[in-house]
Amino acid sequence: MQVGARTRGARIRSAIFGYANIVPFVFFALFPFYYMVITSLKNDTELYNLKAVPFLIQTGVITDHYHYLFFKTDFWTWMKNSLIISVTATAISLVIAILAGYSLARLRFAGVNSFGTAVFITYLVPPTLLFLPLSQVVVWLGISDTIWALIVTYPTFLVPFSTWLLMGYFRTIPREVEECALVDGASRMQTLRKIVLPMAVPGIVCVTLFGFTLTWNEFTYALTFVSQTANKTAVVGVTADLIRGDIYYWGSLMAGAVVASVPIVVVYVLFLDYYVSGLTAGAVKG
Amino acid sequence: MAVGPRAIEAAGFPGLGRFARVREWWEQEHVFGYGLILPALLLIVCLVAYPFSMAIYFSLSDYWVGSPGTFIGLQNFRDILGNEIFHQTVYNSFVFTSIAVVFKTVLGLWLAMLLFRTLRFKRLIRGAVLLPWVIPTALSTLAWWWMFDSLYSVVNWTAIRLGIVAPPGPNWLGVTGYAMSAVIAVNVWRGLPFFAVIVLAGLVSIPREYYEAAEVDGASSWGRFRHVTLPLLKPVLAVVILFSTIFTFADFNIVQVLTRGGPVNTTHLFATLAYQQGLVGGNLGQGAAISLFLFPMLAAVVFIQLRYIRKD
Repeated sequence: MQVGARTRGARIRSAIFGYANIVPFVFFALFPFYYMVITSLKNDTELYNLKAVPFLIQTGVITDHYHYLFFKTDFWTWMKNSLIISVTATAISLVIAILAGYSLARLRFAGVNSFGTAVFITYLVPPTLLFLPLSQVVVWLGISDTIWALIVTYPTFLVPFSTWLLMGYFRTIPREVEECALVDGASRMQTLRKIVLPMAVPGIVCVTLFGFTLTWNEFTYALTFVSQTANKTAVVGVTADLIRGDIYYWGSLMAGAVVASVPIVVVYVLFLDYYVSGLTAGAVKG
Repeated sequence: MAVGPRAIEAAGFPGLGRFARVREWWEQEHVFGYGLILPALLLIVCLVAYPFSMAIYFSLSDYWVGSPGTFIGLQNFRDILGNEIFHQTVYNSFVFTSIAVVFKTVLGLWLAMLLFRTLRFKRLIRGAVLLPWVIPTALSTLAWWWMFDSLYSVVNWTAIRLGIVAPPGPNWLGVTGYAMSAVIAVNVWRGLPFFAVIVLAGLVSIPREYYEAAEVDGASSWGRFRHVTLPLLKPVLAVVILFSTIFTFADFNIVQVLTRGGPVNTTHLFATLAYQQGLVGGNLGQGAAISLFLFPMLAAVVFIQLRYIRKD
């Protein structure tokens, strides 16, 4: 009885301790987003008043900054560009990665391990190591300063990552299932399409989500390879084009940051568990 | 394997012979294997390996934007190594990476253990904590930029009201030292979820019996952490730290948005300096040489990963 009561008391105390400690982390994680949102809804007088409490909106919510963003800038063009680039680059990378991932995870041929290692090394190459020569490659390909420059270069980091992640998923599918299909006269491609792929759906969803997120968020290549306003992505457009000289339009800048994050937030909220599992699988299975 | 085509041929459709032969060839395991890997291989060769060799060539030439250069040997490297700004960048990179990774490791471990124990609102809390990792870094860094504004900084406003600093408070992005702390803070903010989530997965995989056994042996909670949790997390921690080290070392977004390397180059990292020299300044040769300094770190991480971690 005594012991039980003590452990129960200790358990409650430990739970309170845990939650009390997690609150600062949650605050730290979320505050910049909260601040982004309230800045975008405040009028300039309040925004640049040193006496006002910055955490609150005291003189009324306004939508002028959004109005400016939507109607006085190329914001929707940037959003459209981002969408086209993300969807296309992710789709291309997904196909290439499914083929390569299946081959590396399942088939036996000379050099398969070296290929696997090559993919792994490419996965670790940071984009900032190669952005200068790649900026010249896109010039030579004649696609510099267009959205194609990004559609073509984004698979360089998506394919290694996706292949790596998918290899893990393909390995979890029992070999016998495939062998049965082959014995029954299905071709290898049919086996991959009709037997293996349906079983790897969680992995494919995961790779698609990460592909979309990584391409939508990409900044280095998007800043470097495209300079024409009409061809910019949402992230670069907001970061680079809403700032004029020394005057910052903080209200519309934050409005841009909020709206350009919305697609990612929506996808993230819908598929949170996939993000968690993909993150762990991608890093730990390495 | 190729039961289908052979059956067709045997059934007396000679016209299909060549098609069947091609199919039979394609159905061989090694042919099919190479075939599937070909697109990925082409991509890696053309857009990763080739640019890498070009980076080396650029670094050995006086290549400027718009004018192909000539081979000048190690001149670029000599220029860089004698350059004050480059010395500063090397120093910055090591300070930035080491401090940020230490903070991410310690706080990430702590956060993971807290997440492991939270049972209520588990999904909600995890979702909130992971958010900084998911939102476009360049955009969230804009919010941080505003939060560190020289005049309207909310950080300073709070610190002044709490009596921690005297008004007007530090000019976060304009003063040496403060700027570096600001850049590190944002990097830790963004990278912490990555650590926490992966370490959490490691924690989940530790069998409960180990803790029970330690408890029977009378181990304190610190003892359980030191002798059970930490040793069993070692492989996971090693992977995350290596990953994070290379991507922190090669960081571009945060510094580019927050400080552009300033004030007086005290937050420049290799990537931002390479961008500055190579594209803004147009000196591609020197820019490429600067970014190649990321390579030894990459090579070291790859070596450790392949040698010690992927083995088990």
